[in-house]
Amino acid sequence: MATRFLQQTRRNKLSEDVNVSERLLMCGNEALAESAILAGCDAYFGYPITPQNEIPAYMSRRMPEEGRVFLQCESELAAINMVFGASATGKRAMTSSSSPGISLMQEGISYLSGAELPAVVVNVMRGGPGLGNIAPSQGDYSQATRGGGHGDYRTIVFGPSSVQELVDCMQLAFDLADQYRMTVVVLADGILGQMMEPIVFEKKPGRKLPPKDWALTGAKGRPQNIVRSLWLAEGALEELNYKLQAKYEQVQKNEVLCEQYFLADAEIVVVAYGIAARIVRGAVTKAREKGIKAGWIRPITLWPFPTEQISKAADEFRIFLVVEMSLGQMVEDVKLAIAGKAPVLFYGRPGGGFPTVDEILDKIRQLTISKKK
Amino acid sequence: MRAWQSLTCEWTRLLRCFAPRNDNLCQDKAINMESVFTRTPTLKDHPTHYCPGCGHGIIHRLIAEVIDELGIHGRTIGIAPVGCAVLAYDYLDVDMVEVAHGRAPAVATGMKRTNPDKIIFSYQGDGDLAAIGTGEIIHAAHRGEQITVIFINNAVFGMTGGQMAPTTILGQVTATTQKGRDAAREGYPLQVSEMLALLPGAIYIERCSVSNPAQIRRAKKAIKHAFQLQVDGAQGLSLVELLSPCPTYWRMTPAKAMEWIENEMTKVFPLGCLKDAANNK
Repeated sequence: MATRFLQQTRRNKLSEDVNVSERLLMCGNEALAESAILAGCDAYFGYPITPQNEIPAYMSRRMPEEGRVFLQCESELAAINMVFGASATGKRAMTSSSSPGISLMQEGISYLSGAELPAVVVNVMRGGPGLGNIAPSQGDYSQATRGGGHGDYRTIVFGPSSVQELVDCMQLAFDLADQYRMTVVVLADGILGQMMEPIVFEKKPGRKLPPKDWALTGAKGRPQNIVRSLWLAEGALEELNYKLQAKYEQVQKNEVLCEQYFLADAEIVVVAYGIAARIVRGAVTKAREKGIKAGWIRPITLWPFPTEQISKAADEFRIFLVVEMSLGQMVEDVKLAIAGKAPVLFYGRPGGGFPTVDEILDKIRQLTISKKK
Repeated sequence: MRAWQSLTCEWTRLLRCFAPRNDNLCQDKAINMESVFTRTPTLKDHPTHYCPGCGHGIIHRLIAEVIDELGIHGRTIGIAPVGCAVLAYDYLDVDMVEVAHGRAPAVATGMKRTNPDKIIFSYQGDGDLAAIGTGEIIHAAHRGEQITVIFINNAVFGMTGGQMAPTTILGQVTATTQKGRDAAREGYPLQVSEMLALLPGAIYIERCSVSNPAQIRRAKKAIKHAFQLQVDGAQGLSLVELLSPCPTYWRMTPAKAMEWIENEMTKVFPLGCLKDAANNK
């Protein structure tokens, strides 16, 4: 069955005049890999780790078919540095891993950010800390949105909540990486990576991107290009940091993606992203059926965070409930956005556990009762 | 007056580098000289920050000469290490990148695999290559990445103040082996070239030194061979290990440092070609 779907994918390669593929049933890991190929990814470097092993396996077959580079390397440490190398020469490069492997990549991401190199990193999150388990989790939110490695930098972070959204944000990820010369982290999780959903691949017009005249292509007929992150001269590194900050402010101004549902008259607002948001959707829908005025905000970009939208939602008196598959990481950003205007509560399941629709519905009910009091 | 004369001389010599020989350039017959040795174009005219007697200056020049002699300046990309040579891009006029400590062979792999027509080389010290970067160099060699690695072995961590390196020899006093390296406590010095020569993907491994002119000429030949193999598209990794002086942290004069290489270092790190698959060695 898998082979038939993959054959369909090959037939539907959008390299010719076809702009939209037929509907395909694919698992998240393979779908995001194909989407990266569509986005013109020149090189994939990776190392096996559960629950994302379908990505390197798929890439090992498809990348050579497209004349692109695939390499299974010796560690995640090597993988992120191979991405660094390819990116420094102006190529579109990506890697994927899961939580413990992403920890190994933090040094590389800091260097990518300091050197202002574009890169795409997919994190199919699993339970932690430490070796953890192979169940889905959202425990890497802080690592992703706070930089994760050393120094003052940010990465753009996506938290898609369906396989189609995963496919769509891979396309955007490569464009944003090139446009802003940043690392873009796509946060999936063990469920999203494994689950199969119907999707379409669509060739979308890309953004107008600046030329990569900074790239290392050989100094023929021009002065040497240097890609660096060491700035020893007095004030030079401070200047770089302000330059990065100005860039990040542009990203915050232009690239926020967020959705909200049933917010108009909502008294309880649930905030969730990724796979947790899928479960929350079920709970909010059921709550509405029972006449509870629940609404829901779903950040899609986790950095830049939809601070404005959430702040605005807190202007009406409401109770906010943040639901995450962790001990509470995004809840801090929600609290910062709300700045004390409304109460913010949290419900979470860490370490590979995930809540059910009924658990969240119960919490919403409890909040309704307490609000009435 | 003499200062002005010598300045005019310098200018004349510089002009002669780039102009055809013309005795009319210099009117003063007393200083009418033929240029027999010039700075090679890929070596920038930039004062280095290296200590007096350091080997980096010699080795940078050899690499620059090789790049110019092979005519590959326009398609060469170099990788600078974390170490005293971190600013190598201020001295070598090719596209260069500065990478995390030890990761150069992985970065080189990413560059070469996506740009097979470019000449990629890394320049690494013994901390970069033999300590933190052992995983990366072994796997790049093991996979036979078509890159050129220049490995500077000065038996010490120079940039950070003279701590023990994996290549520090037994009995050597460093900032972190203040009573001398002891095999029982710190292990034996690491022989990188011997280790890598075992791997089929490593096709050329040679160890040289820069301790005297004859050795420097041998070193240049080795570096040239290592770059030529990549130019020829040879299937594998080339590495030249260079025993280089660190007078500051060996606590010696530059002259004594060169003697120490010849008398002590070569006992632990024998000079010679360990492997040259292209020439059936």
